[in-house]
Amino acid sequence: MYPELGQFALILALLLAVLLSVVPLVGSVSGRDNLQAFARPLSAGLFVFVAIAFAILTYAFLIDDFSVAYVANNSNSMLPWYYKFSAVWGGHEGSLLLWILMLAGWTLAVAVFSRRLPSVMIAQVLAVMGMITVGFLLFTILTSNPFDRMLPNVPADGNDLNPLLQDFGLIVHPPMLYMGYVGFSVAFAFAIAALINGKLDAAWARWSRPWTTVAWAFLSLGIALGSWWAYYELGWGGWWFWDPVENASLLPWLSGTALIHSLAVTEKRGVFKSWTVLLAIVTFSLSLLGTFLVRSGVLTSVHAFASDPERGTFLLALLAITIVSSLILYAVRAPVVHVRARYGSMSREIFLLLNNVLLVAATLLVLIGTLYPLVLDYLDMGRLSIGEPFFNLTFSPLAVATGLLMGAGVFSRWKKTDGGWLGRKLLWPLAVSLLATTAVMVIYGGFKPWAFVGCFAAVWVSVATLWDLWDKSASRKGRLHGLKRQSRSYYGMVLGHLGMAITMAGATVVSNYGIERDVRMSPGDTAMVGDYQVEFIEIGDRRGRNFTAQYGTFEVTLDGEAVSVLYPEKRQYLVQTSVMTEAGIDAGLFRDVFVAVGERIIDDAWAIRLQYKPLVRWLWLGSIFMAAGGFLAIADRRYRVRDKVTEKRAANAPAPRGDAAEALS
Amino acid sequence: MHPIRRKRLTIVLFLLAGIAVAVGLTTYALRQNINLFYDPSQIAAGEAPLDVRIRAGGMVEEGSVLRDSESLKVEFKVTDFNSSVLVEYTGILPDLFAEGQGVVAMGRMTDNGRFVADQVLAKHDENYMPPEVAEALERASAAKHKAGDSSSADTAY
Repeated sequence: MYPELGQFALILALLLAVLLSVVPLVGSVSGRDNLQAFARPLSAGLFVFVAIAFAILTYAFLIDDFSVAYVANNSNSMLPWYYKFSAVWGGHEGSLLLWILMLAGWTLAVAVFSRRLPSVMIAQVLAVMGMITVGFLLFTILTSNPFDRMLPNVPADGNDLNPLLQDFGLIVHPPMLYMGYVGFSVAFAFAIAALINGKLDAAWARWSRPWTTVAWAFLSLGIALGSWWAYYELGWGGWWFWDPVENASLLPWLSGTALIHSLAVTEKRGVFKSWTVLLAIVTFSLSLLGTFLVRSGVLTSVHAFASDPERGTFLLALLAITIVSSLILYAVRAPVVHVRARYGSMSREIFLLLNNVLLVAATLLVLIGTLYPLVLDYLDMGRLSIGEPFFNLTFSPLAVATGLLMGAGVFSRWKKTDGGWLGRKLLWPLAVSLLATTAVMVIYGGFKPWAFVGCFAAVWVSVATLWDLWDKSASRKGRLHGLKRQSRSYYGMVLGHLGMAITMAGATVVSNYGIERDVRMSPGDTAMVGDYQVEFIEIGDRRGRNFTAQYGTFEVTLDGEAVSVLYPEKRQYLVQTSVMTEAGIDAGLFRDVFVAVGERIIDDAWAIRLQYKPLVRWLWLGSIFMAAGGFLAIADRRYRVRDKVTEKRAANAPAPRGDAAEALS
Repeated sequence: MHPIRRKRLTIVLFLLAGIAVAVGLTTYALRQNINLFYDPSQIAAGEAPLDVRIRAGGMVEEGSVLRDSESLKVEFKVTDFNSSVLVEYTGILPDLFAEGQGVVAMGRMTDNGRFVADQVLAKHDENYMPPEVAEALERASAAKHKAGDSSSADTAY
């Protein structure tokens, strides 16, 4: 009985979402406060019912209720409880429900943490969030109901969760990623609301900015977790494959990064307004595009659960409606905005503009590389794939250019920066970075042009960022006082930029100086990987809860001294009878030693993959820095201190309708 | 020119320059990095170019996997049940590689008619069939006009 209650809760949530997308909007257009006031309670109700549905599905998993088709397809009584929990989002229907839960959560968060927003604005923002929720709830209820039952023929046991997904990475990766994806809907809703009432001002940017930053921080973490999971679980040591599904998550991140920088300019200087609004629309559209690519089955990957053409069409329609309607609104409303502020051709504004140009170029590049094969296939012009070389060749120069710009950009000032002054300012950081990069080349033994350029960009960003911090924290009352005086959002930027540098350094070094060897080994054999010697001791058997495994014992030594003993495994899962490789990894801040067992060649001889991965952890460490920077930035005082002047002005503002009409005429 | 217009012009020029660079880089890189897919019938008919990186795929023929006992070299035949092509690979095959399963390989054709793979991709779970392979099988069975064969391709979708 209770699964039907879940279904019922979803339908109630849909009704509330429909009300949420209509009533407050009507109230805001007609200027009736009592209708606008419905926005917050409706958001809360929406969240409650979606949460109930989610809780019921989770409960069905935990008690092994295989009468629910989705549970039967994605779980098994032998599964440990924590994987039963994460299996809730291990398939299409459940992950969609998680997505909706996040959406309802963000909507509720906007409703709760927006006491200072004018009620017209909040009504419109929540209404737009409601519209998005309607779309996704309809999608779930009509095409992907997680509560479908298999009655009366209830299976005795479930089909098990895909063994690839039975891992800690899966417990955390999708929720983080979805927090990011869905979080951009808030930025989108703010942009649409601003377009509707024609008030694109600094206050709008200030309201929208913390939400965007949080979404971006979650997305950074989500992408890094996915990359980390691929590294140890699926990838035989690869950490980024330029797989269309990975690209689908990188696209909103790239345009989202552009968006948070462009929002900074809009908030501080009141320029780039139309551009910022467009970026907000584009970023959320790319999130939707990512969902479509991953969920519709046009791509084949570990993420594509089902290729049901009906679902693809529905998602495509949703995507098209969102993009077309928001762009039409943009086209009609955006020209309203006038720019009065001025800035010189050498100023922080220009640096941030260039940053946006590079990031948008990178977005386009990844978009073309991802969609090109799909479009050709759709037009029946042949099957082709675009491989890693394409992305490496085109993406790397843009990443390096962004790094170089970032280093110079931190010193620049708003409005006008003296070119000569900036040049002199950059001289010392330049010299230090060149020296440090040369040192890195010497340490890793060998000059490679791309490695030099990549490392230089990373070092340059960190040196310039820290140099700027040193400059700014100079104080007569002592260094500590100066450091304390800096705002949290400034430290957020410092952390974010350092994070970018750390990731760049990691990517460059591991790609250029990593060593990968596939060797044939029997017990007693030794092989070298880099300076590390790996000895194959023996192979044994063990039994896990829902799998049997053969595991190897490998001793890793460096110059005759023991480093660690690794136990890579080859697992045979019992229900889905699939084989999984679990790598043995000796992780370290400066290098990983990675051993994976391939197939048995003959008798006791095995194919073994050995890898030496310098700085590979930095890839993900950088994202932690970036996310921490994002969270620190939104803790800045100016978002919390009551801005009485703005508040008063907002309260006394004339009906927005009049504004827009005037501006339009 | 009016300073604001000049500013706008600069912005537009910057944007255009960025887009031009992106498009230029993209087309240049695309030209060199597109990997076309060929099925065993096309390869047998000599349609696949020599020494260009391509993708080939089909089913791994039963009993065709030959492993060298002294190295990581392995040979197997990929078939669409119409023609087959010999694939040579050195390295570790994916976990889900098995005889009678769908597979896609990246590599080059050599002049002795072998396909030297540098990468072998297998499906992610037991129900999944690479779409290229499913299509290739459909084409092959259609060419043969044999009703019995089509079932293998139909079940894939």
